[in-house]
Amino acid sequence: MAEVLIEIREASKKYDSGPPALDALDLTVRPGEALAVLGPSGSGKSTLLNLIAGLDRPSGGSVTVGGVRVDRLGEAASAKYRRERIGMVFQFFNLLDDLTVTDNVLLPAQLAGMGRTEARARAQELLAYLGIDRHARAYPGRLSGGERQRVAVARALMNRPSLLLADEPTGALDTASGDDVRQLLTDLNADGQTIVLVTHDLALSEACATRTIELVDGRLVRDHVRAVAR
Amino acid sequence: MSALGRVVRSGVGRRRVQTTVLVLTTLIAVAFSILGAGLLVASQAPFDHAFARQQGAHLTAQFDGSKATQAQLAATARAKGVSATAGPYAVAPLNLTLRLTKDPRTGGPADISISLPQATVAGRASAKGAVDKVGLDSGKWATSPGQIVLSADLVPPDIEAGATVKVTGMPGAPTLTLVGIARSVGHSADGWVSPAQLAALTPRSAPPSYQMLYRFDSAATSSQVAADRAVIAAAVPSGALTGSQSYLSVKEQADSNTGAFVPFVVAFAVIGLLLSVLIISLVVSGAVVAGTRRIGILKALGFTPLQVVRAYVGQALIPALAGAGLGVVCGNLLSVPLMGEVAGAYRTGTLLIPLWVDFAVPAGALALVTATALVPALRAGRLRTVQVITVGRTPRAGRGRRIQNLVGRLPLPRALSLGLAHPFARPSRTATVAVAVVFGAVAVTFAVGLNFSLTAIQKDRDREGVGSVVVLPGRGPQAQGPMGEGAPVLSDPAAASAAISKQRGTKAYFGATGTEVHVAGITSAVPVTAYQGDSSWGAYRMNAGRWFSAPGEAVAPTRFLHAAGVRIGDSVTLSDHGRSVRLRIVGETFDLTDDGMTVRTEAASLTTLDPGLKAGQYNIALMPGTDLKTYLSSLNSALGGGGAEAVSTAVVFDSSSSVIMIMEALIATLTLLLVAVAVLGVLNTVVLDTRERIHDLGVFKALGMSPRQTVAMVLTSVASTGLVAGLIGVPIGIAVHGWITPLMGHGVGTNIPAADIDVYHAPQIALLALGGLVIAGAGALLPAVWAARTRTGNALRTE
Repeated sequence: MAEVLIEIREASKKYDSGPPALDALDLTVRPGEALAVLGPSGSGKSTLLNLIAGLDRPSGGSVTVGGVRVDRLGEAASAKYRRERIGMVFQFFNLLDDLTVTDNVLLPAQLAGMGRTEARARAQELLAYLGIDRHARAYPGRLSGGERQRVAVARALMNRPSLLLADEPTGALDTASGDDVRQLLTDLNADGQTIVLVTHDLALSEACATRTIELVDGRLVRDHVRAVAR
Repeated sequence: MSALGRVVRSGVGRRRVQTTVLVLTTLIAVAFSILGAGLLVASQAPFDHAFARQQGAHLTAQFDGSKATQAQLAATARAKGVSATAGPYAVAPLNLTLRLTKDPRTGGPADISISLPQATVAGRASAKGAVDKVGLDSGKWATSPGQIVLSADLVPPDIEAGATVKVTGMPGAPTLTLVGIARSVGHSADGWVSPAQLAALTPRSAPPSYQMLYRFDSAATSSQVAADRAVIAAAVPSGALTGSQSYLSVKEQADSNTGAFVPFVVAFAVIGLLLSVLIISLVVSGAVVAGTRRIGILKALGFTPLQVVRAYVGQALIPALAGAGLGVVCGNLLSVPLMGEVAGAYRTGTLLIPLWVDFAVPAGALALVTATALVPALRAGRLRTVQVITVGRTPRAGRGRRIQNLVGRLPLPRALSLGLAHPFARPSRTATVAVAVVFGAVAVTFAVGLNFSLTAIQKDRDREGVGSVVVLPGRGPQAQGPMGEGAPVLSDPAAASAAISKQRGTKAYFGATGTEVHVAGITSAVPVTAYQGDSSWGAYRMNAGRWFSAPGEAVAPTRFLHAAGVRIGDSVTLSDHGRSVRLRIVGETFDLTDDGMTVRTEAASLTTLDPGLKAGQYNIALMPGTDLKTYLSSLNSALGGGGAEAVSTAVVFDSSSSVIMIMEALIATLTLLLVAVAVLGVLNTVVLDTRERIHDLGVFKALGMSPRQTVAMVLTSVASTGLVAGLIGVPIGIAVHGWITPLMGHGVGTNIPAADIDVYHAPQIALLALGGLVIAGAGALLPAVWAARTRTGNALRTE
């Protein structure tokens, strides 16, 4: 049996009232896959991403990532798990406006206690790799949407996570910037980065996902493998 | 419900944290303002108010019952100028011993006997009456035989009803039960029993004695009271009026007590009121500013600027109204123990928060809330809609970036450097925290300084017990003071002096004796202490000048100098039995013994008045390393017993003062309350701030910030502010202390030595400066923990 990076068993999530956001979902993701999670609004896509990231806990079932039972982690262990294994990219970037691009990118490494020199070198390397090194000392507010999302990706990759989670990474971008991010994620996956992305953007899913699943009302209704993970 | 009403209701109901903060802020501010205002009102002429409340007696007169009948005494109520009377009440001087089976301090079982000073006990059926409505501090009035009520001025603090009171010196030593502690502002008696009980306690052979309590139409001055007294004396048979007490002399004593308390009570009250006003202003305006984006949305939906303003003022007023109501209740509940302490200090009986304060304070608080909500709401209402939505997303980007960059470069864990940089991003919030901490630091610094000063004053106010050992007249025959009025003296001081001098371990010693003389310009007798030998090591603390060093020189305290109208360098004439001596005043002592009137000089200065002046005691300082027990034993053997006895000064002289103890308790209570308000001020601000930053906190947590790092970041975000505010508050507190402490001294008619005011030294100042950090940290801890516990997913979803 092939190695599994994410293993979700019978995971469900209920909020205060109404139908469950996730309903007994089973899912496995192997290293190197680029999984696109599709579905209409309210289908449970972001909830799934939050459970994998340890941002939220399932009401039932289990979520295991890299052998770690994420659903059983306390707040401190959950933070450590995110620092060491997860990189997150958000629709609205969630960059801190009062920190420069470099300082935003450095943040996960600094929280993890990485040495100053090593962290700076890694940040420079990422900024150069993502083509935004000329903005290193700028503040996020002065960058275009695409550039900001690249900064967010750089920040997500800072601690070399085994898993990159992206929540509507092109949702707030214009067409050109969206293309830019699509290409970036494709390239990252080509370099072996496992990615789980939640999106409404079919073009994004077509461009970079090796596998696509579709959720409706918290249930998995389609699971389509487009190609063998690279 | 109108759209405006729905907006207000949803704003109050859905924003629960903000609503809670507003309720809490108004509650605390109103509660403390009620306490502050109550203290201020209580500090305005407390004796006069209590006297008016109790319909105190202008004159307490005592009559010989064998010379005037009760009917004749009752008839004096119709004498000219008398407006009201109470009595006649039978009275008797009784020697009482209090027996306690419970330790009043620990509450544990004990068997304690306390001999009370001779007490004037009145037989009175009721505490009420047209004059002198005696106020019960605790318990009930003595209505049955075997019961007694004692004056709070007679018994030690913390004594409760239920204790046993033994009447000594009576056949059979009858025992009574203490059923109440009461207070007569005019000091009409020291205790009260039922008339039947008093009759039982009065020996049949003793002439009956009665008390009448009078209020007069005119009794503002001592001459008016004297004239009224003369009218009463004339209304009864000659010689029937055996004694009387004017309320003016009681008032003088009470005012001298309250004089020391009023300055610091008022200072604390003013600090509390200012702190309350500031906290309300800052938190309410902060809450409205935090809702600016919502104002933008309302405007986008078509709300007019006026509707927006009404909505936001309403949103602030509803929780404020609830908080004000609760604050009135809490303020009045808190006032019970606090005003009790103040009443004890002022000796005025029960003090209550005046009703008008209960209305005026919440009304003022609500007006303040309206005003402070109005300003930012009006500003937001006038802004263009897009602008409001843009600026409403807090914090405004770009503030303090340079400093944040610099702080980010510091070799600190990132959570700490993020926290340290935060104050520069939100200067107004930072100012709120700073103001609250400054007030807290001022209160703590002031209180600590007062405590140090009171401790020093306690030590310096009475130096009769200076040294380790004192030789006093022993149990054998004692000679009387040569001038008749003085204290007992040693029968053979020369022999005692020789024994002390020869005793191994004696480092230094001097003799002292007390007498009384007359000084021109002062009507009452003036106490003089005459020293033999080198007394410089036992000198009193000097306010100015120096200790005397030669015959003909003297030192005296501030009150004496004022009374005699002399200054340092002037001479005063002491006279007695037709002889007189002139002494030059060379120093002003800090000396509270004998009401601050004691003149101190060498015994040789008084040889003209009395060449045979003998020492009443010897104070001895021991060589380092001398064993006190061995020294005492050896010296007592040398003294030979009988005429003189060496004892440890610690055994004989109790330097503690009940007034200072009450002061220290009151200062501790007030400081605790002020610090609590300061901490809550910080808490309110940090809660609002953390709520606003919740999305950023979610981002940090999503990037892997641990709960501990989150707590550290929030705490660090107030740490620098707390430290700076502490550094600002400490010098202000020192200045307030430097201003108030001399006023307290003046309240009791003395200057206070500079050494007792300059009590702050570098280590204390350093610790006090850290107090700001502690206050800020204590206020931020709860929101920090809340931030750490917030689920990351929820935080990220928060707008």
